[in-house]
Amino acid sequence: MEIIIFKIFLVLALFLLSITIAAYSTFSERKVAAFMQDRIGPNRAGPFGLLQPLADGVKMIMKEEILPASSNKLLFILGPAISMVTALMASAVIPWGPDITIAGTKVHLQVADINIGILYIMGVVSIGVYGIMIGGWASNNKFALLGAVRASTQMISYELAMGMSIIAVIMTTGSLSLGNMVTGQSGWHGMAWNVVLQPLGFLIFLICAFAETNRTPFDLPESETELIGGYHTEYSSMKLGFYLFAEYINMFLSSAVISCLYFGGYNFPFMDIVQQNTGEILFAFICFLVLMTKILFFIFFFFWVRWTIPRFRFDQLMNLGWKILLPLSIINMLITGTIILLNQ
Amino acid sequence: MTAILFYLLSAICIISSILMIFHKNAMYSVLFLLICFFSVAGLYVMLNAQFLAIVHIIVYAGAIMVLFLYVIMFLNMSTPITIRKSKLVMGIAVLTGSSLCFVLVTALWATNFGQNPAIVNQDIGLASTLGKVLFNEFLIPFEVSSVLFLSSMVGIVIFNKKEQKDE
Repeated sequence: MEIIIFKIFLVLALFLLSITIAAYSTFSERKVAAFMQDRIGPNRAGPFGLLQPLADGVKMIMKEEILPASSNKLLFILGPAISMVTALMASAVIPWGPDITIAGTKVHLQVADINIGILYIMGVVSIGVYGIMIGGWASNNKFALLGAVRASTQMISYELAMGMSIIAVIMTTGSLSLGNMVTGQSGWHGMAWNVVLQPLGFLIFLICAFAETNRTPFDLPESETELIGGYHTEYSSMKLGFYLFAEYINMFLSSAVISCLYFGGYNFPFMDIVQQNTGEILFAFICFLVLMTKILFFIFFFFWVRWTIPRFRFDQLMNLGWKILLPLSIINMLITGTIILLNQ
Repeated sequence: MTAILFYLLSAICIISSILMIFHKNAMYSVLFLLICFFSVAGLYVMLNAQFLAIVHIIVYAGAIMVLFLYVIMFLNMSTPITIRKSKLVMGIAVLTGSSLCFVLVTALWATNFGQNPAIVNQDIGLASTLGKVLFNEFLIPFEVSSVLFLSSMVGIVIFNKKEQKDE
């Protein structure tokens, strides 16, 4: 019973964490952009502009809600809802820290330690495209439709290379569970990270993560210079807010998945020494902070790339996905398999 | 609890598949089929076949149905249409449908329902069990079917090349 209450508490905490991180990502993205372009950025609301996300949120809710007359009402509302739900769902299988003892039993600091965790993430990602497709189609607007079609082609194309690079990781760790994948990287005093074994796989996964979250340089579904707003052209008020928020939550969770798959999750150098000298709860908290640091670095990396690399053309995007990343990921898989076979 | 869940999922599955067939709007048909897939995946989870459930969702809901939606968007099939086909096509459709029905009914007939598969083996749906069965017992059918997929992929590429040459 205590475990169920703990898990419910964990779910609520993760929900609040995702929302907070997403809200402050919008703020820090503008600050990072301002820094890179030698501007000041938002600094009016609160000290250093820290209340800006709150002001943005209030603005989103208070704005007038418009349902286009020619749209499909039900699907128009369903679109952003699906986007938001699928974005929030992925956090369920991410291990946020080592096991802790509650009421005499060991509990994973993870909502659900299912033995196919990484496939669950793939499944949620593949469902996420429906939010964009349904919303874009229901808007009954040519630009929105083009954005939706672009989003679906892009996501399907990059899912393949992403899956292939994940298979290489599964081969090295020998497990489909994210929990086992993270504990498997705790060797060499917590430094046996998969990025050392899978540098090429990491690069492919990183590029695919950018494409799956529709971030620059792959933000063609919403490229404002070509498609006005892409799939969310017709959206206003909080429904638009949900689409934008879902993108930031996706960014947060793909950073979490990158950290867990390739950068050891909550493992950090000389963690065994720290574990001997600290209590269990404190150690779990330190591990959680380490994971958050890695995640925040990758979120920063997303911003960094946004202001460094310009947007691709659509045919370049398809060529990169099908002719470069997919063959490379298959070669990576073959090399991994051969090395595992030779080491046996 | 499990029984209630089973009947709920089955009801959702059957109702959504019937709605999928009878809905005039192709877009809604696809969405009902999606609901059907999810309830089938839920049934898989109840049989302890998590791997099968999630692969079912990734492959069917995440890839194939997205392509269906894609085609519907491009062809603008959202407006309700009455499909008129020639007598020959209709006859062939009836023939294929009834032969599929025959196969399914005979398969049902041959199945022994005396044992509940969920009770027989708890690990039956795990990825490792599935992998061992696929690569030991059913290795040849598995490889042959993969060659079949490859041949269809190559076929599509060749068709595409031909069309490009004609232009």
